[in-house]
Amino acid sequence: MESEILKIENFSAGYSGLTVIKDINLSILKNKITAIMGPSGCGKTTLIRCINRMHELNREAFHKGNIYLDGEDIFEMNPVLLRRRIGMVFQKPNPFPHLTVYDNVLAGYIINGIKLKREEKDKIVEETLKKVVLWEEVKNKLHLKGTQLSGGQQQRLCIARVLALNPEIILFDEPTSSLDPKSTVEIENLLEQLKDTVTIIIVTHNISQASRIADYVAFLYLGELVEYGKSEKIFTTPENPKTEEYLSGKFG
Amino acid sequence: MKVLKDRIFKLFVIFCSLTSILPLLFIFFTIFKKGITSINLEFFISLPKPPGEIGGGILNAIVGTMLLLFFSSLISIPLGIFLGIFLYEFRYEKIGWFCNILIDVLQGIPSIVIGIVIYLWIVKKMEHFSAISGAFALSLIFLPIIIKTTKETFEMIPFSLIESSLALGATYPRSVIKVLLPCAINGILSGILVGFGRIAGETAPLLFTAFGNPFLNFNILKPVSSLPHLIFTYTMSPYENWHRKAWGCSLVLILFIFILNFISKFRLKRWKVKF
Amino acid sequence: MISEKIYKRIIATGGVLIVGLLLSIFFTLFINSMPSIKKFGFKFLINKTWDPVFGNFGALPFVLGTLLTSVVSLIISIPFSLSLSLFISEYYRDRFFSKIFEIFVEILAVIPSVIFGLWALFYLAPIVRNIQIKLSLPPTGVSILTASLVLSIMIIPYATSVGKEVIKLVPYDLKEAGFSFGATHYEVIRKVVFPYAKSGIFAGFLLSFGRAIGETMAVTMVIGNSNFLTFNIFHPANTISSLIANEFLEAVENIHISVLIELAFILFIITLIVNFIANFIIKKMRVSL
Repeated sequence: MESEILKIENFSAGYSGLTVIKDINLSILKNKITAIMGPSGCGKTTLIRCINRMHELNREAFHKGNIYLDGEDIFEMNPVLLRRRIGMVFQKPNPFPHLTVYDNVLAGYIINGIKLKREEKDKIVEETLKKVVLWEEVKNKLHLKGTQLSGGQQQRLCIARVLALNPEIILFDEPTSSLDPKSTVEIENLLEQLKDTVTIIIVTHNISQASRIADYVAFLYLGELVEYGKSEKIFTTPENPKTEEYLSGKFG
Repeated sequence: MKVLKDRIFKLFVIFCSLTSILPLLFIFFTIFKKGITSINLEFFISLPKPPGEIGGGILNAIVGTMLLLFFSSLISIPLGIFLGIFLYEFRYEKIGWFCNILIDVLQGIPSIVIGIVIYLWIVKKMEHFSAISGAFALSLIFLPIIIKTTKETFEMIPFSLIESSLALGATYPRSVIKVLLPCAINGILSGILVGFGRIAGETAPLLFTAFGNPFLNFNILKPVSSLPHLIFTYTMSPYENWHRKAWGCSLVLILFIFILNFISKFRLKRWKVKF
Repeated sequence: MISEKIYKRIIATGGVLIVGLLLSIFFTLFINSMPSIKKFGFKFLINKTWDPVFGNFGALPFVLGTLLTSVVSLIISIPFSLSLSLFISEYYRDRFFSKIFEIFVEILAVIPSVIFGLWALFYLAPIVRNIQIKLSLPPTGVSILTASLVLSIMIIPYATSVGKEVIKLVPYDLKEAGFSFGATHYEVIRKVVFPYAKSGIFAGFLLSFGRAIGETMAVTMVIGNSNFLTFNIFHPANTISSLIANEFLEAVENIHISVLIELAFILFIITLIVNFIANFIIKKMRVSL
């Protein structure tokens, strides 16, 4: 049942001269929520931006080592096609301001110039918005601009536009850090539901959030992977003293 | 003493500020008072008559200005947006920095000098004045305005929007066309309107290019009149009823420019894309 | 769909276009002024006679006319633009009145120069004529002073828009420190605001000056178009730009045309330098602040 979808091998990355993450080895399991934790500046975001090859968009960026998606080396793949298989949701909700709610869900198709029939569009929009539990709230607001929704709704819309492309993995970069507590709970519940269809990798510096939703936890410190394992184990009996210090709030 | 100095200085500042807007109010008042009397339907739909005769209008200048605006937009808008994208994409590189300065230089060139340059480039080659040479001259003034607003609007758009588009598997060029450009369109549009207002009032570059024409002309290869040029020639003429026409024409021109600026400032805000 | 590499390459042609455009403007002016430069050399700038009929061309009256009109207009406009900057950004900052003034200044910037000229010819020139009569000078009405007066109104927005921005940049705690010593508002402005914002304010004046040098229509309409050298601001004169506007189409001799193009070239270089310094100061302030 537990199969590996993503394998990170001896992986280092950074910006010209400055190594941000060092020699990471990590296996991500399919249909699980894996949380990547660590104090700020530890390279969490850099790591997940390497997984969908957003990191290399920076001209100063470099990377070493391998990442395999279903056994395929991602650095051999076309980055554009890779990013359709590995979606990403950002820290701040950022629906496209020039598109309506309806078109925001279809943004991946619109921007990529994929033509769809009207019925197909309607179907994708309704199904996807139902998946992110937004349909009931916005079904009468589909013509509004995406930016006219509330913060939590916007973030769910951003998840919807990623889901609409049927990715295998979705990367979340601290998706609730700019949301209020109520919206945060809604997003967390949503992630639990989504893991039946996709694999989720979430970066968070919120320890309790990781403990609430993650199946697996990776703890990064100063660019190195300190500990990785099932979340119950990490939170109850961590092996590395560094992890324990972090979980007890010794550093932040 | 100390307090007195403070008071006097403040009064001086207020006094000077108020005085400096007096000419503006006075100009408005005169243009309106003098201009409104010469404006009627005939003024808009007929051609100028010889100085002695009563009546006649400025249709040739209205058509001329529209022709000039239309053709300089045709040249400047696509080119300006393209060059704006260039400056945006190369903003962290030396060449982008250098071209930015060159655009400032272009914007600073006195408009009469631009008139001479276009005269040498086009009018001399064609051996006669033409609307199209006027449109090119105005384009050199229009271009830097569009380039700058395009670049500045792009810079205000959060980069995360492009990232999101890339993360959805779009190529970079596609993200520019499908995300960056649509998000910036309002800013660019307002720059275009402001630019329209600017070039609609330019006279100096037209003296040696579009030249002026008392007859109705739609042929871009022939000289045309324009509102500012007509104001100039009528003002400098010795005829009293032509002076009146110049005031009327000024009123038309200034209202046109105000409407453009007003739309760009207030109307566009309502359609503004929020981030 | 085009790839990123091709996209970058297409976009990069923009740089070629911009550099090419500016180079062609520069060389067009330079090459076409060559006959004049070769014939008259540097003496051109100090020769005070302008006589197209006998082919004797000297630029001095126009260089001087340009400098006189722009300097006088700048001097007249300084107290006003400075006051407006202080009014908008210091005394009534973010208040209703300062918004109104800001709008007024913006409106001033969009009025076409030819309309200023029309107004000045019919309303400023008569005032100047009265002054000339009182001073028992030839009552021409049109003169350097008339041109400077209308220019001083026209350039107010340039100095004000820069001035008000740099005054807004003065950190509040610096001013507060001044007030806490018991300084009056005037003293704070003189001792804190001005020293802090002076280079920006100066850049604004330079921008205004650059505008005044290059301004054509309004000046042409009220300066009187006299080609004789004069230092008296109540006399008619010509600036470089008004001379070009008047004579360029009437010039028949090749050398006459070339001389006028050389004058345009000189005008181009002067405005280039003035704008360059102003923009340099403004950009530097934005970065360091």
